[in-house]
Amino acid sequence: MSMLEISNLTATAGDKDILKGINLTVNAGEVHAIMGPNGSGKSTLAQVLAGHPSYEVTGGTVQFEGEDLLELEPEVRAHKGVFLAFQYPVEIPGVSNAYFLRSAFNAMRVARGMEEVDPMEFLDVMEEKLKIVDMDDAMLARSVNMGFSGGEKKRNEILQMAVLDPKLAILDETDSGLDIDALRVVAAGVNKLRRPDNAAIVVTHYQRLLNYIIPDYVHVLAGGRIIRSGGKELAVELEEKGYDWLLQEALA
Amino acid sequence: MSVSHWQAAFAARAVRDEPQWLTPMRQQAMTSFGRLGFPTSALEDWHYTSLSSIAEVPYRIGGAASTTTVADLTAYMINADWPTIVLMNGAYSASLSSLDTLSAGVRVLDLATAMREQPEMVQRHLGSVAVSEHAMTSLNTGLMQDGVVVFVPPNVVSETPIHILHVSDSAAAGSATLPRTLIVAERSATVTVLESFVGLADVAYFTNHVAEVVVGENATVNHTKIQRESERATHVSTTEVHQARDSHYVNFSMAMGATLSRTNVYTVLDGENCGATLNGLYLGKGSQHTDHQTRIEHAQPNCFSRELYKGVLDGSSHAVFNGKVYVHAIAQKTDGKQSNHTLLLSPEAKIDTKPQLEIFADDVKCTHGATVGRMDEAGLFYMKSRGVPSETARRLLTYAFAADVIETIANDTVKHALEQLTLERYAGSAVHSVVAHEG
Repeated sequence: MSMLEISNLTATAGDKDILKGINLTVNAGEVHAIMGPNGSGKSTLAQVLAGHPSYEVTGGTVQFEGEDLLELEPEVRAHKGVFLAFQYPVEIPGVSNAYFLRSAFNAMRVARGMEEVDPMEFLDVMEEKLKIVDMDDAMLARSVNMGFSGGEKKRNEILQMAVLDPKLAILDETDSGLDIDALRVVAAGVNKLRRPDNAAIVVTHYQRLLNYIIPDYVHVLAGGRIIRSGGKELAVELEEKGYDWLLQEALA
Repeated sequence: MSVSHWQAAFAARAVRDEPQWLTPMRQQAMTSFGRLGFPTSALEDWHYTSLSSIAEVPYRIGGAASTTTVADLTAYMINADWPTIVLMNGAYSASLSSLDTLSAGVRVLDLATAMREQPEMVQRHLGSVAVSEHAMTSLNTGLMQDGVVVFVPPNVVSETPIHILHVSDSAAAGSATLPRTLIVAERSATVTVLESFVGLADVAYFTNHVAEVVVGENATVNHTKIQRESERATHVSTTEVHQARDSHYVNFSMAMGATLSRTNVYTVLDGENCGATLNGLYLGKGSQHTDHQTRIEHAQPNCFSRELYKGVLDGSSHAVFNGKVYVHAIAQKTDGKQSNHTLLLSPEAKIDTKPQLEIFADDVKCTHGATVGRMDEAGLFYMKSRGVPSETARRLLTYAFAADVIETIANDTVKHALEQLTLERYAGSAVHSVVAHEG
């Protein structure tokens, strides 16, 4: 059984059709890159998988480990092992990062039938996780994402991913706008979390990220459909030739 | 009828052993009250809050005998080691009070004792600060029963906060209590005063409180009020403050009880280089009505004022915020900031907010603003996507909204007490033990 099976998925935002029939299969151990021009529906796909309320699924199915993912509330999707690293992480004034992370960690443990951990135990958990993204524990005392730089926000996303240990991680343009040092840290974090029993969908606009996170498959999304799939060499070709040749081929 | 009921009560009141100068003050106040009557929405300052619901109620003055014990008050003590003076149904209770831990030199007395032991000081200040023409203040002056006087002599620092605990129990049913507070901090004195209004029983009563605060030259007064009256009570409280040069006054008003409450906080910065901070938090639910009215009067140059009021309104609750900053022509270099932010948790909840600046000086820096918003859906989805259950996420975001104004409270124990009260209301037992202090 595949981990994720997307069949003919269509979705709208307001009265605008954005996804027009997506088909995608992801197996454990695989990394899939989804590339495409701006406005092609990449981020919408990522957010629909996480259950964002702004989008309405109008057709098709998404099976996650044999279950109908679209029927589940966002928090239940998280409990089942779906994680979305946000393109624009949300600032939450007044809630400390430590408290937020521990709430999420404990909610996950409860949903998986495990005991909650207390603040002291959680600090032990954090010590190891912080190393994955090269973060200082001073970040834990600050309000979630408040006053964080772009790079810090993205590192914080990967930190959350490390804490929640998802089966399927969806990275939504995690690389956009990052300088090369921050990009290396973020990519290294993702690579450290890679295992044969988990999978990732990496949504990106730039081939550069894929020098650091090597995908097994590359898909090109345009006009709400996947118009081309291939191996990692497809990303290189796209970087050289841009998207236009593909779009024209698709139209022809 | 409404006015005559109180006038009759005044005429019939037991003659107490009190100084002669007080009699004409009381008479004059009752005359003013007779002329002004209970405020109605026809008055600009009472546009959104009417006391007509209680104007016709024939309240008894003062509660019946109370059976409340010290043990019943434990939960409301905030810190049992602090000097605590208790007014039980408006009457001073020596047996419930404990003033052993007062800092040297600081006096905390019930009003009657203060008039005997510190007659000149009381005569000089009582009625000298609460001078706004206000029917409820007049009614308090006319009929005030017991009260509390806090006196901090020059250069004395009151190390421990002083807690004035106004308690109403089941014996308060159908009564009106009219307590008076007088806080005098002399030159270079420092004091923290916490005033709690607590309802122990689900009964209807009327509290009409007046506090006068004299902040002497270079003195600092930290003054926090926690209003958690019975949800059937009507609560009106007016705090008027006079600040001399180089003084600081910090007020925090937490309003979470009563069916109808109105809190007035007025300060006059009457010397150069003063600072005033008026912050507050109102938490409305059910059909509660919660009104705050503040006035900061910059009467001299080179002073600053800071004001932040936040509110969380659920159910069909209604809140009012009316904040005035008045800058006299002479008050150049005034630095004023005022803001009011309200979170509406339900479609029926309502806020009327009116931050006002009136500036007659030409070289000042003053800003004000107000926002009204609903739950941050982006934050909610973010938390849910991390596995935090929907209800927990809502409560946490609500708590976080309120918490940042509580953070401004300087005394940690008071701050934690207010955080705990807010957590109990919004976070429920699920995250009760996880006050967000970690890290």
